[in-house]
Amino acid sequence: MIEVKDLHKSFGDAHILKGITTSFEKGKTSLVIGQSGSGKTVFLKCLLGLFSYEQGSISYDGKIYSELSEDQKRNLRAEIGMVFQGSALFDSMTIQENVMFPLRMFTKMSKSEMEDRADFVLKRVNLPEAHFKMPSEASGGMQKRVAIARAIVNNPKYLFCDEPNSGLDPKTAMVIDNLIQEITDEYNITTVINSHDMNSVMEIGEKIVFLQLGLKEWEGSKHNIFKTENKAVTDFVYSSELFKKVRRMYLEENE
Amino acid sequence: MTYLNNIGLYFLMIKEMFRKPTKWSVMKGLILKDIDDLVIGSLGIVAFISFFVGGVITIQTALNISNPLIPKYLVGFATRQSVILEFAPTFTSIIMAGKVGSFITSSIGTMRVTEQIDALEVMGINALNYLVFPKTVAMMLYPFAIAIGMFLGILGGMAACVYGGYTTLEDYILGVQMDFDGFHMTYSFIKTFVFAFILATIPSFHGFYMKGGALEVGKASTTSFVWTSVVIILLNYILTDMLLG
Repeated sequence: MIEVKDLHKSFGDAHILKGITTSFEKGKTSLVIGQSGSGKTVFLKCLLGLFSYEQGSISYDGKIYSELSEDQKRNLRAEIGMVFQGSALFDSMTIQENVMFPLRMFTKMSKSEMEDRADFVLKRVNLPEAHFKMPSEASGGMQKRVAIARAIVNNPKYLFCDEPNSGLDPKTAMVIDNLIQEITDEYNITTVINSHDMNSVMEIGEKIVFLQLGLKEWEGSKHNIFKTENKAVTDFVYSSELFKKVRRMYLEENE
Repeated sequence: MTYLNNIGLYFLMIKEMFRKPTKWSVMKGLILKDIDDLVIGSLGIVAFISFFVGGVITIQTALNISNPLIPKYLVGFATRQSVILEFAPTFTSIIMAGKVGSFITSSIGTMRVTEQIDALEVMGINALNYLVFPKTVAMMLYPFAIAIGMFLGILGGMAACVYGGYTTLEDYILGVQMDFDGFHMTYSFIKTFVFAFILATIPSFHGFYMKGGALEVGKASTTSFVWTSVVIILLNYILTDMLLG
């Protein structure tokens, strides 16, 4: 479980995060949503320890990140899997080498054990025959799946995804969403996804945190989001006619 | 203020580069790859330039010695001194700032832009140790390239001299061997080691701390070339004054 208390982050005079308090439970897929510029990416980078913050605390299963020694932080980071918006695959390595990379860095596995593990996770993300391709030879959807495989290869306790659906067609986006949710359930990990894809919200949002102008405006589940009267949330989530209709139908069915 | 800030950040980068070392089994592969990319990959251009510039030095020296009282073997002597003291260590390093330096800046800068450096840091890997340290170690073999450059520069001079008819082979060899001071080689290799460190770290600094997109990667490469050249020229003056002055 990840707990965030009163998180503040500024860049010069710009106060980006203005006291965010929330939590992300183990075994659940949580989504952080909000408009561009709402502070989602800064929030995620604070969670990952890539940005320091001025005030507040972040704790991973009760351990407060800022109070950990450098070694403890490094050990904690080895338990984190991250899927970046642009996949961030190492372009000088093959897909198999990319997936094996965390194993080479953090385990004492033999080469054949690493290859077996890479085989297993690549099959898990439905890429059984892509081992020797370079990332540049893979499509956007394939690259995202390789990034997920790399993120889960070392059995992480926490999985973070920054806009995992950006640039993907709706069908591939759904495959990626479902894959993340299946992996979260299967390995009982704490998953946090940054997204502004409303399909993801409806499909896999077991917990949704809505950020606006650096503040937590609303939080709840995908079921609550249909019922909320919070204007900022409804303006953002139901901005399209299609989602307005979906919401109306959901409310009529559940009356 | 920005310059002072960058100088401070550069030294902090150097310190950070030695912390939290990457596993030796991984580091070994990275060093070998960087030796191949940075040193072995540069041998061709170093050899080509050295040979022909050695030839040009010889021709120009020979053409400028019009006084019959000045012995012809001085052409070989002047070529040797120019090549060993300045041309091979300094001039070649400026060229390498363009070749190796822009390669390092653009490759690390692209990793920054495409979040590959963030991916390393999220995994708990010291990205500076992983990316910059192997390049710095690999560049410690750069003096071997310079030694080849020295040899080929003098050889190029000999070819130009003999085939161009400026002096005889015997005169040229006599000049090359004349009044040889072993400390000049020491001076030259001290400079080369310092320049090798600069060639690895300043371009890495510009790549690692760049912000922006593809356009900024290009700008960072240009800035890195300018600053690497400036620092090499300044250090060349300081080292020459310290060691030979």
